[in-house]
Amino acid sequence: MRKNEMKLEFDSRSCNESFARVAVAAFLTQLNPTLEEVADVKTAVSEAVTNVIIHAYDREEEKVLVHCWIEEETLWVEVTDHGRGIADVAQAMEPLYTTRQECDRAGMGFAFMDAFMDTLEVVSAPGKGTTVRMSRHITHRNAEGPFDYRNQKVPVAIHME
Amino acid sequence: MDHMFTLTGTTLTVHLPSEVDHHSTEQLQRETDRLIQSRNIRCILFDFGDTVFMDSSGIGMLLGRYKMIRFVGGTMAAINVKERMRRVLLLSGVYKVIDIYEGLPQQSKLL
Repeated sequence: MRKNEMKLEFDSRSCNESFARVAVAAFLTQLNPTLEEVADVKTAVSEAVTNVIIHAYDREEEKVLVHCWIEEETLWVEVTDHGRGIADVAQAMEPLYTTRQECDRAGMGFAFMDAFMDTLEVVSAPGKGTTVRMSRHITHRNAEGPFDYRNQKVPVAIHME
Repeated sequence: MDHMFTLTGTTLTVHLPSEVDHHSTEQLQRETDRLIQSRNIRCILFDFGDTVFMDSSGIGMLLGRYKMIRFVGGTMAAINVKERMRRVLLLSGVYKVIDIYEGLPQQSKLL
């Protein structure tokens, strides 16, 4: 498939979290992903956008940028903010590490992105914002096109007497 | 908000929404905590029956409530957990502290 890309910019409000993941999932459908692949990508996008809203902008209303592109059979997602940035990226990515214990954050955001995507890369500096880039290879479920029930040989399981 | 909670004796059942994320957990957490603090609750059941999406915000919510209920010596379980939610719960490791049921456990009918 030729390269195809899209960009979204929206306010860092929690009600936009579902919008962002659904939009990316809709963009992904052209690769004919499995339900599990869609769910994985949605979870990863949700984690990245939630991080921006809670951590990068500390609930101030700013802009979140989601840039997606498809190259061959791989979906790339880049979530960018111009917020406070991360001083120690390695520490931030440690499972269970959180700076918001009091808000009942599990500290699993980056761990989830890592688990649900194939690659994960975080570029950040204090005061310079953060870019999270992740990718997921989509295995084609129906390589020969959409399922067509008319061409299927249906085993005869019901015998009428 | 009443339809989100069922109180049977000392058991509080929290009916989770279809999408459990940072946005939907904020209010849910507040309401659940208010109930835990104002009523004598010994068991919390999180009902995933309607849930099709959950991210790590949901895990944070579960662990936070788990700390509260443990403090008063109570128990907690996740019920009606389907395949996708099971994957998220297993990946996060919360299954180590919270019982996970595909359906509704017998024990909860007795409470």
